Amino acid sequence: MRQLAIISGKGGCGKTTLTAAFSSLSGNAVLADCDVDAPDLPLILKPRVLDTEDCLGLELASVDSELCTGCGICREVCRFGAVLENFTINPYSCEGCAVCTVACPEKAVCLTPRVSGQAVSSITRFGPMAHANLGTGEEASGKLVTLVRKKASELADQYSCKLVLIDGPPGTGCPVMAAITGTDLVLVLSEPTVSGLHDLKRAIKLTAHFRIPAVACINRYDINEKKSLEIEAFCREAGIPLLARLPYTDITTEAMMNEETVIEYAAHSRKAEAVEFVNIIRKLWADIKMRLSGPCDEEMCSKTLPIRES
Amino acid sequence: MKVAIASGKGGTGKTTVAVNLALALEEVQLFDCDVEEPNCNLFLGFELEPLEAVTCLVPEIDPERCALCGNCASFCKFNALAALPNKILSFPSLCHGCGGCSFVCPAGAIDEKPRSIGLIEKNSSDSSLTFFRGVLNVGEAMATPVIRALQRHIDESRHAIIDSPPGTACPVLAVLGCADYCVLVTESTPFGFHDFLLALEAARIFQVPVGVVLNRDGLGDSRVEEFCRAEGIPILLRIPNDRMIARFYSEGVPFVKEMSGWKEKFKVMFEMIRAQACKNMGVS
Ligand code: SF4
Ligand code: SF4
Ligand code: SF4
Ligand code: SF4
Repeated sequence: MRQLAIISGKGGCGKTTLTAAFSSLSGNAVLADCDVDAPDLPLILKPRVLDTEDCLGLELASVDSELCTGCGICREVCRFGAVLENFTINPYSCEGCAVCTVACPEKAVCLTPRVSGQAVSSITRFGPMAHANLGTGEEASGKLVTLVRKKASELADQYSCKLVLIDGPPGTGCPVMAAITGTDLVLVLSEPTVSGLHDLKRAIKLTAHFRIPAVACINRYDINEKKSLEIEAFCREAGIPLLARLPYTDITTEAMMNEETVIEYAAHSRKAEAVEFVNIIRKLWADIKMRLSGPCDEEMCSKTLPIRES
Repeated sequence: MKVAIASGKGGTGKTTVAVNLALALEEVQLFDCDVEEPNCNLFLGFELEPLEAVTCLVPEIDPERCALCGNCASFCKFNALAALPNKILSFPSLCHGCGGCSFVCPAGAIDEKPRSIGLIEKNSSDSSLTFFRGVLNVGEAMATPVIRALQRHIDESRHAIIDSPPGTACPVLAVLGCADYCVLVTESTPFGFHDFLLALEAARIFQVPVGVVLNRDGLGDSRVEEFCRAEGIPILLRIPNDRMIARFYSEGVPFVKEMSGWKEKFKVMFEMIRAQACKNMGVS
């Protein structure tokens, strides 16, 4: 089984659009929506739920008011400010570290498990999918991402799928790390904006840290061609193959409004723009598939887009 | 008054709104609390000076005194310690700095040493806009301590605009928990609406009054507006789906500086926020 993760330094780069498009091209892949904070793939793919599994997050302290004498020791030892003045616990601050439970002379505090979210297995019109429901304010996102990926591999086994497509979370924090560890290839989506290059660099730093091969793609490159050239230059220097440049288009939103992937939308849209856009995505997908199909050899990896002269 | 600028997820224009609002108002403080991706300064271009290192206390075990009882490792809820037959291994990046291990160590073998996880920076003071940001070191998982450290620099006597982290988890709650008003930035598309509902839920936990900025207005449909009308949530501002604005954004240029009329619009928006927040605080 091969795993591809699609990430970007931040949200709103078009990750979900691209993942959805890949899923409608691949035919035999499991999708894993690891953007557990705001899972958007289900909005397009309309999954039918097969089963759900609770993800236990951090435990939560609770004080038994019968036993508590109000000595205040728990408040002193808690480093997260989670014990309130009336010796009850603020659930949004408590990290479940258990220090208060051992510090309390009356044994009045105990930890209880709490469900931070659920990993969901489902079936969509493009095949199996794993995604998540995260409770508001819960932060076990890394853990939940791991659980979603576990569900995805189970689905891959069950349906003999050879590929897991991971729609990664934004940022460079713990959920992203959980989403990319152990994958075979990471596609970093970038935008030609001042923050775009900055975010790309952070994302590449992360993939390098985990020693995962990374490839890049620029979305809305024509918003600012000068910035696109900067991104290209960075990719070249860093040895990151730049596989595609996608133009700015409203097609992606139109497809989303129709609850379709861009591939589906282009199939019935008469707009030349849609067809062109989808052709680039098809090429990109073919390239990625090739990179995923075998052990990465030098020659193939150095095959990047020709860099345009400015 | 503290105004948090939030959205269910990144890329909806949170930073754009925070920066342009701050520039329109001038005499304010701006806090970039999106510590994983602090992007505000890309639009502001301030010279920044380090103010404070954010640290987390991690255990250091003295092998001389350690009796290898394993108490510390079995106590640690975050698997930051592992007991081997002849040694206690520590994994500082997993440590939350709760201090539990040193608390339970019977031999007093654990010292706690600060480990840097991020940095607080501030602009040099020759601007009417005071800017602070927190930067989480790449590879660190805990954003909340950096956000809390940043919030300690808020001067309560002045207005503060806070660019929140994306998502609906702990880091955002740390910001919303202290805010007097929350501006939710969204797009009227299926994704935008879905993420907006998640953010709204987070804001409602703290009963912070909420207003909406519709970004890329004209794209999509009217679902956000209809929802807002039904729920009585004011739409504070509409930023059109305009290639010019997208271009300024890509250049890192705040559009209030270049496009006439926008400064005024952001000021009006702030007046609306003030009126609503006052109502909420019981001040007429
Ligand atoms: S330490 Fe125990 S007894 Fe003391 S205030 Fe806390 S819960 Fe109550
Ligand atoms: S479990 Fe830890 S974080 Fe929670 S209240 Fe107790 S000491 Fe504080
Ligand atoms: S301080 Fe807390 S989190 Fe860190 S190693 Fe000790 S018990 Fe574990
Ligand atoms: S609790 Fe103290 S004595 Fe026991 S293994 Fe840990 S460091 Fe060593």
